[in-house]
Amino acid sequence: MQELSLHILDIIQNSVRANATKIELTVTENPKSDQYLIVINDNGCGVDKETLELLCDPFYTTRTTRKVGMGISLFKHSAEQTGGTVDITSEKGKGTCLSASFSFNHIDRPAMGDIAGTMTLLIASYPQIHFIYNHHTPLSDFEFDTNEVKAELEGVPINNAKIIKFLKELINDNLEMIGANLK
Amino acid sequence: MKVKSLADLKKIKAEVQGKIKLREQGENADKIVQIKVAMATCGIASGAKEIMSYMIDELDFRGVDAIVSQTGCMGYCYAEPTIEVIVPGQSPVVYGFVNKEKAKEIIEKHIVKGELVDGIIPVTFKTIDE
Repeated sequence: MQELSLHILDIIQNSVRANATKIELTVTENPKSDQYLIVINDNGCGVDKETLELLCDPFYTTRTTRKVGMGISLFKHSAEQTGGTVDITSEKGKGTCLSASFSFNHIDRPAMGDIAGTMTLLIASYPQIHFIYNHHTPLSDFEFDTNEVKAELEGVPINNAKIIKFLKELINDNLEMIGANLK
Repeated sequence: MKVKSLADLKKIKAEVQGKIKLREQGENADKIVQIKVAMATCGIASGAKEIMSYMIDELDFRGVDAIVSQTGCMGYCYAEPTIEVIVPGQSPVVYGFVNKEKAKEIIEKHIVKGELVDGIIPVTFKTIDE
């Protein structure tokens, strides 16, 4: 996968499959301390200690349609290429938290890419899930919360194509304003 | 640059609300087409995200009532991106190797006109293990 936003789309599918009702993505850019952090937190079913150890194994999956599960291991590989890593903590019944750290300036760090597209496609597919997306840069912060959007919409479906298009523009505009490093 | 905020949502909300009312009053309420894009690691790595965005935009542009959503891996990793098209009253059809041109053809012929298009993965397809 060429972009971090594609990895994020992939990893969040795990939260969805864990029946999470609330999924929070936090991106923190810190060029001065050479850090690019991505944290995905969900309130899904979580996993036990034994399973947690298997999550980074590309030959472990809960799917029955194929025998490999490469999402997390590809993401981890990408982070490790820059000298970073992926850490996962999980508690059964409470949820899972995945944090990935990248070197901000490393030549092998993939670009974030179309994160607005990732978030809006997730919202379009899973309108019932409460998504929160925070993006911090040295300049400012952007906070996006689907519950706030839904309150504004007063019952109009959030996954309507026109609303989705608007939300994508809203995220992109705000990311540009806070000087997010996407390319 | 004028940065969009939630306050700008009101105008679009009113527009969408009007259309939804029209749809509810119409006869086509139970004729909504469903499109599921396989969006697991295999699908994403092959470009499923772009195809899903394209389907949403193109169907909205043509005014076709359809729900585009994501699904997991259907086991056709070799043929990603794959999409499942469910037209009410017909058997679901899975298309493999869907690029933008194919997606356009599926919308134009299958969804709008009801003609099947090349590239269908047969339902009798079995993986090696089965």
